[in-house]
Parts: sequence; C-alpha cells; structure tokens
Amino acid sequence: MISCEKASTICNKKQYKEATLLEQIKFGIHLLFCKACAAFSKKNKKLTILCDKANLHNLSEQEKEKMKVKIELNS
Amino acid sequence: MTENSLNPASWVDKYADYLFNYAVVRVSDAEIAKDLVQETFLAALKSAKNYQGAASERTWLIAILKRKVIDYYRKINSKKGKAEVRINYSSQSDSAGDWLEENVADPFSTLENDQIENAELGQAIQECISKLPKKQSAVFVMKTIRGLSTEDICNELGINPSNLWVMVHRARTNLMGCLNENWFKL
Repeated sequence: MISCEKASTICNKKQYKEATLLEQIKFGIHLLFCKACAAFSKKNKKLTILCDKANLHNLSEQEKEKMKVKIELNS
Repeated sequence: MTENSLNPASWVDKYADYLFNYAVVRVSDAEIAKDLVQETFLAALKSAKNYQGAASERTWLIAILKRKVIDYYRKINSKKGKAEVRINYSSQSDSAGDWLEENVADPFSTLENDQIENAELGQAIQECISKLPKKQSAVFVMKTIRGLSTEDICNELGINPSNLWVMVHRARTNLMGCLNENWFKL
C-alpha cells in the first residue's frame, strides 16, 4: 500500500516517463480507491498535454549570458 | 500602485524566455527570434529615457518586440511585388480550368485556429512559469522544456532526486492553478 504523497510523486514521474513498472502498478491500484489522486492524475496529464501542444521554447543559459553582456556594454 | 521603473540588469532573467516565445511563434525561426529579442533589449536601452512608467516593464518590452517583428517582415518583403498575393489557376493538367472557389479555404474548418490557439497557450504557460518561485521554475523549465534527465538537473543544481520531485510537484500544482484561472476560464 502506498500513501497519497508517494502516489503523487509517481504520478509526476509518469509525466516524464520515468516511473518504473512496479511503481506504475502500485499507482494504478492506488487510483482505484483514491478519488483525490485520480483527480490529480487527470489534471496532471492535462498539463502535460498542454505543455506539449504549446511547443515551448527557451533560450539556453549561454545565450542569456551573451545577451546580458551586450546589455551591460550598452547601458 | 507603485510607479513602474526599469531595471535592465534583470531583463534577461525575467523576460528573455517570454519574449523569445512570443517571437518564435511569429517568425518561426529560432535564430531570427533570438536576434529579434536581442535587438529589442538594445532598442529598449536606447529609449529607456522615454519610458514613463505607465505600462509594466514587460508590456513595454513586448510592444518594442512587436515593432521589431513587423520590421523584420517589412525587410524580407522590401520589394513591393513580394507582398502581393497572386492567385493563379492551378497549372496541373488534371485540375486545369477548375474554379477559384475550390482553392479558397474551407469556411467551416476550424483547423486553422489551432496554431493561433497554441501560440496563445504558449504565452499563457510562459506567463504562469514566470510567476513561479525561482527554484521551482528553474527545475520545471529544465525538466519539461529543455527535457534534461533527472540526473543532470540534480548535478547542476546540487539537489537530490526526491528534492527535485518535490519541486516538480509544487511547480506543477502551481501551474495547474494558474492555467485554470488564465487559460480555461478566459
């Protein structure tokens, strides 16, 4: 039996495909009788889908550093 | 409300990703988008004395970036003819002589909206990320957007995995709440 706290961690790991098979089975059983975690899992999945859909981009740290240097030179 | 003021030293940390995302969906090229963001910062510095504090820093920067994006499209379309849209009969032999109506976009299709919606969604998510506490956003960005492995992030930030998952959990719950308010209830 696992606690809700553990279940939520597994749920988060699942979003990044890092949960082991054993964890996933434990999580599945937990979801059967825990409404709260089931709801959380549903929302969590939705967030993952949204993030994928938005196709987010970020600048790398080096590029940011370069920008900072340029700003300082010009200010 | 307090008077808005400019703080160029913190621009990159606070707004670079937000501006970059804004640019990248509009010019669909990461390199060009990066240059535009850079130009925006420089232009902002130059005209900093004109900033009156009426809008927030971010709104002001976005306004400059918007002009930069427009300028970019003007530049690549500098020859007048390039900007014209020409519709010709299809030259392929099997559809030659078909009417123009068949080339017009389907008015009942909603597929075209998807891209616009996704761009706005990206904006909303980025905004929510920028509201997170610094540590949480760092972990979330590394994990979700840059797709780094758990091990790499732990090494870089000097934390242990269970610590990382707690941070991810908090970031995700915050984001859910934020998106619930800013995205689903619009």
